[in-house]
Amino acid sequence: MSAGFSIPVRRTGLVFLGLLLVLGSFATAGPRAALLMLVGLGLGLVLEGLRFGFAGPWRVMVTERDGRGLLAQFVAIGLAALVAFPLLASFPEELSGAHAPVGIAMIAAAFVFGLMMQIVLGCGSGTLINAGSGNLLALVALFGFIAGSFFGTLHLQWWTGLGSLPVYTLQGLFGNSAGLGVTLAGLAGLGALVYSKAAPDKRRIPRRLWLAALLIAALASLNLVIAGQSWGVVYGLGLWGAKFAQAAGMDVAATTFWSAPVHALRLQQSLLTDVTSLTNIGLLAGAFLAMRWKHNPDPQIAALSASSWVVILLAGIIMGYSARVALGCNVGAFFSGVSTGSVHGRVWFVAAFGGSYAGLRLRPRLLTPGKTVTLAAGGSGV
Amino acid sequence: MNEPIKPQGQLPGRPVVGMLALGFILVLLVVDHAESTPINPFNAPPVVALGSGEAPSGAHCTQP
Repeated sequence: MSAGFSIPVRRTGLVFLGLLLVLGSFATAGPRAALLMLVGLGLGLVLEGLRFGFAGPWRVMVTERDGRGLLAQFVAIGLAALVAFPLLASFPEELSGAHAPVGIAMIAAAFVFGLMMQIVLGCGSGTLINAGSGNLLALVALFGFIAGSFFGTLHLQWWTGLGSLPVYTLQGLFGNSAGLGVTLAGLAGLGALVYSKAAPDKRRIPRRLWLAALLIAALASLNLVIAGQSWGVVYGLGLWGAKFAQAAGMDVAATTFWSAPVHALRLQQSLLTDVTSLTNIGLLAGAFLAMRWKHNPDPQIAALSASSWVVILLAGIIMGYSARVALGCNVGAFFSGVSTGSVHGRVWFVAAFGGSYAGLRLRPRLLTPGKTVTLAAGGSGV
Repeated sequence: MNEPIKPQGQLPGRPVVGMLALGFILVLLVVDHAESTPINPFNAPPVVALGSGEAPSGAHCTQP
């Protein structure tokens, strides 16, 4: 799949790679693993191929009053809710939503996550997608994210002990039908607010994002049906960090978080039996396939100064840590939390959007461009 | 005559970095294989959770 191959040969190779991932998952971990890998690949292809994101639309809504991407997010969440609410109500023994408690540390961590998200220009899924599509900044941030989300598991109990409410859901507060109605009305209200604040030429969702929203809602619904749980990202990354720590000799299984039965099982078993690891791998690989499918991949990011790379790595670590303490990222807490009725998902969105606003002001101060050589006098620029 | 030529320490292109990301996943799976109990193919979960009669057993980031 090097640049030297003709496009048909390269694309054939990409199809083969996708099939290899799905069939390999099937052969080693069974049909459910293969289906989840397929869902992850689909999400990666859609997110990268149709340019659907989370961090970017939040940024341009603030900086350019471009509300199209944010409105598409609300559409996707609303469509996913239309499927998830009835399913969760009908099959409560087999399916579970992304429900979590609202807490002091959770709110603060969501704010910090939103802030860091604008430093690395990617959220949980965005970091995976961008890394898979060859963005070097995102690959560095991904290493930090994995480490940070693992570190977060080591202190999670202390943070949640600072104060948390019980788990509240809209189904529990209003009933299933009314809960769905409140969710859709809330999304419509937010959509109206964004529409009114956006620039007149930047508030109509383009066809590409309508399609992406529909596909993402469908794939997230498939994730719920196949796995029995909502789409998530952060847990898998923390587990990857735990696997590396274990391989390095740390007694991870003895820690409070990883000694809990559900987490101990995941630590003990293969990543190919872990739902979020499978879809995370699919996301990254799907983004790679979408990037290489193009005739000409986008250019690499501009060079950064050495100190900026350190900032990116640290921001990735803090983003992973805060995502763990916030009980999810844009996917697990926001997308899946809101679409399955969790109150914490709504609180997470408000806190993270505030952090994102702050991060936009911080980014230019933290990141500086690298030097270039010019023909004129070898001066620096970029 | 003032256009920039190759930046110092020019970054690798997207295809190369994308391959590095896939390579990282491969390393992760190798490490995982060495650290995990072998998968028992006869103990695989039902194809789809919906209709299986089984409670979800996976882990999620919303779990404290």
